[in-house]
Amino acid sequence: MSEGQSSSRSNFRESRLDEIRREAEEFGTVQKPGIRAAGAPLPKASPNTGYYNQPLFKEPQWTPLVPLYFFVGGAAGSLGVIGSLADLLGGDDALARKARHMATAGSAISSVLLIADLGRPSRFLNMLRVFKPQSAMSVGSWVLSGFSAFAAASTLADILDTQIDGSPIATFLRTVGRTGCTVLGMPFHNYTGVLIGASVVPVWNNRIRSLPREFGMSGLQSAVGLLELAGETESSALNAIGVFAAALESWEGLELLRTRDRALSPTKEGVAGALVQTGGILSGPVPIALRLASLFSRRNRRGLRKAAALSGIVGSLCLRYGWVAAGSASTRDWKIPLDIPEAGRVEASATTSTVAI
Amino acid sequence: MSGATDHTGIQPGEVTAFLTDSTLCIGCKACEVACKEWNGIEADGFDFKGWSYDNTGALGHSTWRHVKFVEGKISPGVGGNASEQISWEFSSDVCKHCEVAGCLEACPTGSLVRTEFGSVYLQPDICNGCAYCVISCPFGVVQKNEDDGRAFKCTFCTDRQKAELMPACAKACPTESIKFGRLDELRVEAQVRLATLQARGMTDARLYDPIESSVKGIHSMFIIRGEPETYNLPPRPEVPTVYLKEGWKSAAIEAVAMVGAVCASFLLFGRKG
Repeated sequence: MSEGQSSSRSNFRESRLDEIRREAEEFGTVQKPGIRAAGAPLPKASPNTGYYNQPLFKEPQWTPLVPLYFFVGGAAGSLGVIGSLADLLGGDDALARKARHMATAGSAISSVLLIADLGRPSRFLNMLRVFKPQSAMSVGSWVLSGFSAFAAASTLADILDTQIDGSPIATFLRTVGRTGCTVLGMPFHNYTGVLIGASVVPVWNNRIRSLPREFGMSGLQSAVGLLELAGETESSALNAIGVFAAALESWEGLELLRTRDRALSPTKEGVAGALVQTGGILSGPVPIALRLASLFSRRNRRGLRKAAALSGIVGSLCLRYGWVAAGSASTRDWKIPLDIPEAGRVEASATTSTVAI
Repeated sequence: MSGATDHTGIQPGEVTAFLTDSTLCIGCKACEVACKEWNGIEADGFDFKGWSYDNTGALGHSTWRHVKFVEGKISPGVGGNASEQISWEFSSDVCKHCEVAGCLEACPTGSLVRTEFGSVYLQPDICNGCAYCVISCPFGVVQKNEDDGRAFKCTFCTDRQKAELMPACAKACPTESIKFGRLDELRVEAQVRLATLQARGMTDARLYDPIESSVKGIHSMFIIRGEPETYNLPPRPEVPTVYLKEGWKSAAIEAVAMVGAVCASFLLFGRKG
């Protein structure tokens, strides 16, 4: 093959390019003024190598605040649902109040993170100029704004309650807040999966179906974990939700491992892969084991619950950062958008060598 | 279309397009320069990438025209090539102004709009730099300028078109490789040109215009030689909104499952202990 290449090289008169290529092949880089060449052999443009192996897609240009927002938003949305349903169905007032307050704080932090990531933060309100159902970013902005308002309403009701007994305003705010937090908490806790899935990034749109499930369950689990770390280690209901979320996370993790698709390789290789896999273990089998163990342990019950909580939270963070990093790695794969097989096209390379000879 | 007169005679409401013919391009990059000058965008530097004489690399926030340098097969007789010379195929890449545009669909602020000429325009005074369009473009065109904070891309010289002038790149092109005109007329012109090229023996000439894909056609068509992959043109571009239905369905099912699990848990294990 190398003989074929050199013979084809002598065939054309682009001697300057010839020289650059020879040097790159020999030394790996070209150290000449006016040239930025790294890596060798330098590819040609062909149906087999695309345009000199240059990636077609642009890398996501989000700051590290975005995966953090995915985490906080996922937890806040789930906390809103838990906070609204806990006192309605379970009669656990203290837990419900804590969940509502954490949801309010979480939605406020979410907004701050999202605004800070914008290229022009002062123009955040432009997000609310239009509502576009075909844009997950637009839907998400409205859901975040609405959820924040409802969460704030329910927290305001709690504050009013401490000042006035049986205020009708507080009852109204609580009812509206609780309903709104449940209805909007549902999309808020998992829409980020749709957001990245409905993009051109191959590793993301390949998992458009599982990303909302994975991000949603991950958010639910971090909500449970945050409540437990805030002292709610006695609630059996929370433990049950934790086991449920971790079980589904384990299933999603196994599905990802089982699926063989080259678009998914960034979730299995490199730093991004390590993060996704670690996240899967920490938010799947580890918390299940710890939560089940807590049922049988009298002495260490609280400790085990808190360990499970921490594992779920760290796992959720790993998953978000891992998936976003995998997206960046995925856009650097120049073969996928051009439908070029991983090993290259057999026919095409055969034709090239005939031409070279 | 690309006659000697200055005025295009094209009124708002008519759909305009580019037809970029790589068989006529000589790689002079006048289009890149004219674009930068008219639109006032920064330079990209003058270093060769090394893998070719391309010193631009790719389209981006400061590059709205990009001349690709493709080394074609040795084809004696075509274009006056000597038998031992490679045939350079240059192709001036540009925003595709898709019929169904991923960036436009994704934009949450309404900064990206469809113009009266059918092209996709990014209003810089509205963009807040969320960068969602960047990962929604199936051709990797839009990019956020990290220094400025906003995303930028080809404007199709909408300002010039409104004055009945052709875009700066087409105006500057010395070989009429970049043709500008009405979309339907250029589609016909492309077929005529292809027939001419085929008749002259350039049998690998073809038109890149993915009408069959979810993008439903582009307003910047290209006459290329051989496979589109060589030019980094995706054979099956996909507008990412096609994934939305599946995504929201899955999200809805998961959300209902979550509410169900929370309800069941508090009903069954709600009381402490």
